[in-house]
Amino acid sequence: MLATDTTLGQSLANRGVSRRQLVKFCTAMLGTLALPDRYLAQTMAAVTKARKPVLVWLPFQDCTGCSESMLRSSHPDVADVVLDLLSWEYHEVVMAGAGDAANKVLDRVAKEEKGKYIVVVEGAIPTADDGMYCTIGGRTALDIATQMCSNAAATIAVGACAFDGGLVRSSPNPTGALGVHEAVPGIKVINMSGCPHNPVNTAAVLVHYLTFHDLPDLDQYNRPLFAYGRIIHDQCERRAHFDAGRFVTEWGDDGHKKGWCLYKMGCKGPEANFNCPIVQWNDHTSWPIRAGHGCIACASPRFWDNMSPFYDRLPMVHGFGVEASASHIGAGLLGSALVGVTIHGLVRTIKPVPYPVEAINTPAPNPETTAGKEN
Amino acid sequence: MARIVVDPVSRIEGHLRIEANLEGGKLTDAWSSGTMFRGIEMILKGRDPREAWIWAQRICGVCTMVHAIASVRAVEDALKIDVPENAKLVRNLIAGAQMVQDHVVHFYHLHALDWVDVAAALKADPARTSSLAQSISNCEKSSAIYFKGVQSRVKAVVDSGQLSLFASGYWGHPAYTLPPEVNLMAVAHYLEALAWQKDFIRIHAVLGGKNPHPQSFLVGGMSTAMDPNEPAAVITPERIIFMRDLVRGALKFVNDYYIPDVLAIAPLYKDWFTRGEGLGNFLAYGDYSSGDQSDPKTFLFPRGIVMGRDLSRVLPVDPHKITESVAHSWYEYSSGGNLDETGGKHPAIGETFPKYSGPKAPFDHLDVDAKYSWLKAPRYDGKPMEVGPLARMVVGYASGKKEIKDSIDGVLKALNAPPTVLFSTLGRIAARALESQLMARQLESWVNQLDDNLAHGKTAIFNPVRWDPSSWPNSASGVGFHEAPRGALGHWVEIEGKAIKNYQAVVPTTWNAGPRDSKGQRGAYEAALLNTPVADPNRPLEILRTIHSFDPCIACAVHVVDAQGREYTIPRIP
Repeated sequence: MLATDTTLGQSLANRGVSRRQLVKFCTAMLGTLALPDRYLAQTMAAVTKARKPVLVWLPFQDCTGCSESMLRSSHPDVADVVLDLLSWEYHEVVMAGAGDAANKVLDRVAKEEKGKYIVVVEGAIPTADDGMYCTIGGRTALDIATQMCSNAAATIAVGACAFDGGLVRSSPNPTGALGVHEAVPGIKVINMSGCPHNPVNTAAVLVHYLTFHDLPDLDQYNRPLFAYGRIIHDQCERRAHFDAGRFVTEWGDDGHKKGWCLYKMGCKGPEANFNCPIVQWNDHTSWPIRAGHGCIACASPRFWDNMSPFYDRLPMVHGFGVEASASHIGAGLLGSALVGVTIHGLVRTIKPVPYPVEAINTPAPNPETTAGKEN
Repeated sequence: MARIVVDPVSRIEGHLRIEANLEGGKLTDAWSSGTMFRGIEMILKGRDPREAWIWAQRICGVCTMVHAIASVRAVEDALKIDVPENAKLVRNLIAGAQMVQDHVVHFYHLHALDWVDVAAALKADPARTSSLAQSISNCEKSSAIYFKGVQSRVKAVVDSGQLSLFASGYWGHPAYTLPPEVNLMAVAHYLEALAWQKDFIRIHAVLGGKNPHPQSFLVGGMSTAMDPNEPAAVITPERIIFMRDLVRGALKFVNDYYIPDVLAIAPLYKDWFTRGEGLGNFLAYGDYSSGDQSDPKTFLFPRGIVMGRDLSRVLPVDPHKITESVAHSWYEYSSGGNLDETGGKHPAIGETFPKYSGPKAPFDHLDVDAKYSWLKAPRYDGKPMEVGPLARMVVGYASGKKEIKDSIDGVLKALNAPPTVLFSTLGRIAARALESQLMARQLESWVNQLDDNLAHGKTAIFNPVRWDPSSWPNSASGVGFHEAPRGALGHWVEIEGKAIKNYQAVVPTTWNAGPRDSKGQRGAYEAALLNTPVADPNRPLEILRTIHSFDPCIACAVHVVDAQGREYTIPRIP
């Protein structure tokens, strides 16, 4: 029986969560989304409304790393998301039911919540050999994705594999794996690329959706601009070292200990869009470059094939001259910030975009629904 | 006779299907099928072996990093690279932290709901729950007000009619027999563990930039540069303090929650000390040295084999005796020769071509007389084996390893039970908890060793001699072993002309969840389900209990090799 008067506000109050904490949570979400605080009231109203929207999380050709990443969500706390913000009804890795009991949840949601529920997809979808490389309950991943995504209000593709096939699709793509927007054309998709996705961003998308009933502004790959609109290199804590020509040249050398730039060790930061340096990981504890290793551009399109070998220096076009210039900088011949910026600009210019843009089913951001958000 | 199908088996990693025959209220036969295939080893071919770990790590995001460590060890073995002590310590810390965190998540979030009835927690008296909690643990959060708060939260979710993850549970099933107060305590600790796991795993963020999929391994060491005087280094005195706090917190969590909860719940389900026995053959490669990693005698968890539940003998591990059969797996071996009696080939000479031959989807049943799984069937000396926490504890116990023996004897004494109760569904749960405690006790010593090295200016963490591929021989092969949370893991790599020629992983869940071989010998899951009573075929809770006790990880288990099928020298275990 539905008790429609039970709101999140009440359930929060029941367990001693104050309005102050709710305001704090909503403000943090607005910060991630780069929205002004005049949206606070609207956000709070959305997350405290009577009936929670239903969410189903579908795993296909995955490693479950994106589920694990969601379990690491700290702002909001994962229990708040799963129990209070949404009705999280299907998620194989943590749900109570199994077998028929689980399969019935999907059928019920597709029918009773038609057009209202949210789907999260984790993992690629195999299309070779009738899709028999992934079955659940005797049905193919493609069959389940088509049913569930077609009837949903929106689909959130988390992680590189659901975005564009990820590692599973990399050469020679043994199973004909595709990302969800290609495997199930014509659905409304937002892509949260990354290996894994960052739960801070995904939680922010969920809150945005609950507040505005629409997805945030997207880029050409259907990724939210707030998370994928800037280059890692431009946000990197080691950027000053690049500009000053201070590079790590061997793992464990003095420059490595001093936190110098990892460009010469193969860092793909100059080619990668992601807010990784800003939101970081695991409650803002660190991120890969902070751990002394180069970026592998895990949020970029088809990064496994396009960005590897991961220890080769950018650009992968040999003899262009950037490597030579960077070497000179490292040797101290040139060291001005201006040169660094110029090199960075060159790298940006020459890198081809090997992604089949036309294959993406992109509903352009709707100017009416997104107007006035100032992001 | 009824055929029971459980697909998906939820609260596991990956895609697992169980089919079983029920007769006279008991399971008379069972088949375990992995239903997803990606082909990661095919994808690895031709790539730079120095980055194999970045790819191989994505075999699994639950047991994240275990394939990274096995991969760098395999390439380092092939290229004969000795790794500095600090790198070994950091790897031990990352892997040990993974083991503790993963086991806690398994017990509370993947397994507990097989034993704990969430709905029944609403009937509990918070005051009595408080007395119970205080009688078994020193845990601070144990007041009646605290348990009342948890109960209110559960009630709010139930009253809303939107039960979220709990909507599809088998609540009220007759096999749930815990008193309401134990249920409420367990539900409270489910939420505590959910909060703790993401807090503790920040140690991976410190040492790897993020979790899942930490990004700091290197062939030859680790990228976590250390320096006592450089605040921008990765390992600094400040970060040591942070990590020491985290590992102390981990030991406290295991001591205050995990161990007491297992000891409180297990005796209330005594029947399960004799159910789910399984094969009785156990394999452990051993791991976690605080000294010389090349010497198995220094391992925290010893290497060895126990056959037929015989605790009086520990056999040595000979990796030449490992084979994989595809008699019931959706692969083909092209050449007829080189097969052993189980239809198996050694991983190093293995060759596999995926070829699905099962029913067309949607289907109701698999043809279990033919091929029925994407998992292969690994065998040791022609015999199916169980790997994992129970295998490690059984091998350690039979080896007379003091810490392990004391720990197990202590629990057996508390339960007033003989060692034979280890060979059971609950035995696996107890073994997992005990090794979490052993590991949690160990973690701080590794932090302290790092701290000591830092203080003495001993900061080497990478061996650069073989980083440049021009220093490599034209061809090389190696193997890397690791004891992952779910058991014995091995990666085999063959390098030729600076690129990966062949890559192979033989993974814990492949041992446990694999199908039959050509002799018809059952895999560990299949054997463990035999004779299990099932009260209600439409709600097969009992199947979940035993399968979950192995902690399945199917993405890990499904793999494929693409080798040349020629003679190959198998490297010795380092």
